[in-house]
Amino acid sequence: MARMATKQRVAISTIGAWLAGFLIFFPILWMVLASFKTELEAFAIPPSFLFFHWTTENYATVQERSDYIHHALNSIIIAGGSTLIALLIAIPAAWSMAFSPTKRTKDVLLWMLSTKMMPPVGVLVPIYLIWRDFGLLDSLTGLIIILCLGNLPIVVWMLFTYFKEIPKDILEAARMDGATIGRELVYVLTPMAVPGLASTLLLNLILAWNEAFWTLNLSTLNAAPLTVFIASYSSPEGLFWAKLSAASTLAIAPILVLGWFSQRQLVRGLTFGAVK
Amino acid sequence: MATKQTQVLARTLLTPAVALLFLWMIVPLVLTIYFSTLHYNLLEGESKQFVGLDNFRYFLTDPAFIASLLNTLVLVGSVLALTILLGIPLALLLDQPVIGRSIVRLMVIAPFFVMPTVSALIWKNLLMHPVSGLFAWIAKLFGLTPIDWFNDAPLFSIILIVAWQWLPFATLILLTALQSLDEEQKEAAEMDGAPALSTFIYITLPHLARPITVVILIETIFLLTVFAEIFVTTGGGPGLQTTNIAFLIYSQALIQYDIGSASAGGLVAVVIANIVAFFLVRIVGRNLEA
Amino acid sequence: MGQITLQNVQKAFGPVHIIKGANLDIDDGSFVVFVGPSGCGKTTLLRLIAGLEDVTDGRILIDGKNVVAVPPAKRGLSMVFQSYALYPHMSVRGNIAFGLKMAGLPKAEINRKVEAAAATLNLTPYLERKPRELSGGQRQRVAIGRAIVREPKAFLFDEPLSNLDAALRVQMRLEVTRLQKQLATTAIYVTHDQVEAMTMADKIVVLNAGQIEQYGTPLELYEKPANLFVAGFIGSPKMNFVNGEAAAKFGAATIGVRPEHLKIARGGEGWPGKITVAEHLGSDTFLYVDAGAIGTLTARYIGELNLSAGDSIVLSPEPSRIHRFDKDGKSLRA
Repeated sequence: MARMATKQRVAISTIGAWLAGFLIFFPILWMVLASFKTELEAFAIPPSFLFFHWTTENYATVQERSDYIHHALNSIIIAGGSTLIALLIAIPAAWSMAFSPTKRTKDVLLWMLSTKMMPPVGVLVPIYLIWRDFGLLDSLTGLIIILCLGNLPIVVWMLFTYFKEIPKDILEAARMDGATIGRELVYVLTPMAVPGLASTLLLNLILAWNEAFWTLNLSTLNAAPLTVFIASYSSPEGLFWAKLSAASTLAIAPILVLGWFSQRQLVRGLTFGAVK
Repeated sequence: MATKQTQVLARTLLTPAVALLFLWMIVPLVLTIYFSTLHYNLLEGESKQFVGLDNFRYFLTDPAFIASLLNTLVLVGSVLALTILLGIPLALLLDQPVIGRSIVRLMVIAPFFVMPTVSALIWKNLLMHPVSGLFAWIAKLFGLTPIDWFNDAPLFSIILIVAWQWLPFATLILLTALQSLDEEQKEAAEMDGAPALSTFIYITLPHLARPITVVILIETIFLLTVFAEIFVTTGGGPGLQTTNIAFLIYSQALIQYDIGSASAGGLVAVVIANIVAFFLVRIVGRNLEA
Repeated sequence: MGQITLQNVQKAFGPVHIIKGANLDIDDGSFVVFVGPSGCGKTTLLRLIAGLEDVTDGRILIDGKNVVAVPPAKRGLSMVFQSYALYPHMSVRGNIAFGLKMAGLPKAEINRKVEAAAATLNLTPYLERKPRELSGGQRQRVAIGRAIVREPKAFLFDEPLSNLDAALRVQMRLEVTRLQKQLATTAIYVTHDQVEAMTMADKIVVLNAGQIEQYGTPLELYEKPANLFVAGFIGSPKMNFVNGEAAAKFGAATIGVRPEHLKIARGGEGWPGKITVAEHLGSDTFLYVDAGAIGTLTARYIGELNLSAGDSIVLSPEPSRIHRFDKDGKSLRA
């Protein structure tokens, strides 16, 4: 009798969940729809939901505009570069903390995490001045450095947790099988760590791509990634909502896809293991 | 397991990360402290003048600071409240056997992965625009006058945008925690004759206490420095109505170019963040033991 | 080929002394079992021999050479782990071949050896599968295959059967013993299960709190335990211990009698008592008897005995089967 209610439960839950999901997703959906409208339609009242003249002209325009591509490339270089460099620094560090822990290891790890908790605005002034004096303002290098440092704690932390999950005795088995440390790393540890590495890479690519403090303050034109490009349209003039929607959709689409695969990594990476 | 050799190697491998993060922490911090004691304005050239704690006095008694502090508290508090009060039922909902659950999850998670500048612009232009925004159209449908969101309720608008962005985070964390709740505990409660509400209050909520705390702490740390959404929509205004501490410091640094004052403000922000961080690190540390 | 000697081996983790001076001579080709309660140091001792832990003091000789400074990869030993520790990203073939690959053998020879080992362990149909597609028993065999294919100087087993269900464990016990005899390679086997120890070993090392209590054949340990600990550890149900006057009569602080060496009678000379629990297994009957001042005694009868709880009986020990211990727990033996 009690179990019969389950069918009802499924129905109510399904309706409720889909409603909630739709409401939450709606703004994004609305923007995507706008990107397929003509400029007049995008701005029109009453707004049309589905039955309008669908066009891809906005996407064509955006692709043509070299400054969009320029900023998209910047985003790719900055996000990719900072994440890869962070990985290079973090992998040995995480390896050492996971497999050769000392009494201090936990404190070091916690300290690293605490650097992520520092508000960026607290060091805006010196960073800006240093960047200015070293010619790093509005430069890809400058942004890569700062995003790398900003995400480094999370990369180290995530790799540490993934390395810790590799069963110690499999590595010992490799040792008993005659593998030197180098070969143990190459033949056993790395293949087993690949999923963790990929997850870490993914999440941090997303975080770097979406970063909107340093990118807004340390770049203007040359090195500006998409976050800045989109922000520069905050004071609208004339009719270009549809195009902006198209540009925005292009800017966020890859990340939404990656984000879908990163859900669990999100929990692991951003709660610093405080939630299992 | 770790022989002497490995230990030396391990120490070496750890050094780059530690050194870099240490520099990243210390150098800017020391400089900020240094600058906060100076009268240094980029508009006046490179002249620096030692003024001791004047900047702090000025900053902390500036009505702009009080206003921004209040705004920050309201912003953080409201977003926390919205994300958690909405996140719990959402997480509960997603924990149910819903048909097409993975698609719903995607829809719910999506806002977190949208870059803040895009989010802000979607809300500002497509939804909240008083003439051609969707909300305006809905209001007119019901015969109401559309709200000019960013003029009449600027802080509330920002709160909405930020809450929308962070709701997925809270939901995802709480959902993960819910799914780690032992089915058997709930079944035991059922056998004991507990109605659904009691099970929720006496078993589910206590289990969620820790994750909720974590969500609060982590969100607070990141919400203290909300910036892009304000930058892109209101620029801190009208007046100071949407200026939080982060934006205040930013405007002092990069709009007024008052390095000294901005540094003092920056230190204040760091202190506030440190207090929250202290508690978060404690919880994380405890989990690391386990 | 596989002679192993331990000379005053010590191991401390900080202030905690896990192994307190172990001396042992293991003959080539013998099957030696390290047995003892949890925390006695048997796994630590095994890992010291393997090289996965460093000794704090002492020497470990393999075929006369001190290997204390030699890394595990170079000691020429194979280990079978309790969790099998198979490489999840490699097939069964890859797992078994890995050690040979590390040794730099040519591919053809590797394949030959791997296939031979797989055939011995009935793994041939599974060679291309990944570990996650195998059952517990199959994984166990892959772990063993990985160990035997390298033709090591000795096998080290760390409680390899404890993750298997009871029936499989009995079957694998036989297989492991048979394999070891066939290969004639030294084997050191760690277990907490004294039945495994008694059935598989040529010689048993009984460990307690980091000390080797006794080293002997199963029968030696059964018939001539060196002290109270060994006497109580070997044999199931446990040996009965009696103190006080009854022991003093035999000139000892404590005497011990195994349950199977207590004669059960309705009356007569001996220790009278009342049965509290009677277990009827068909093949054996176990009686748990409250013998008053003497204490609780366990008696074992081979076959079916028609007695039940509440019955009064008299237990008397077979004189030749009484073990005598002094006040320090050491055996008093001529």
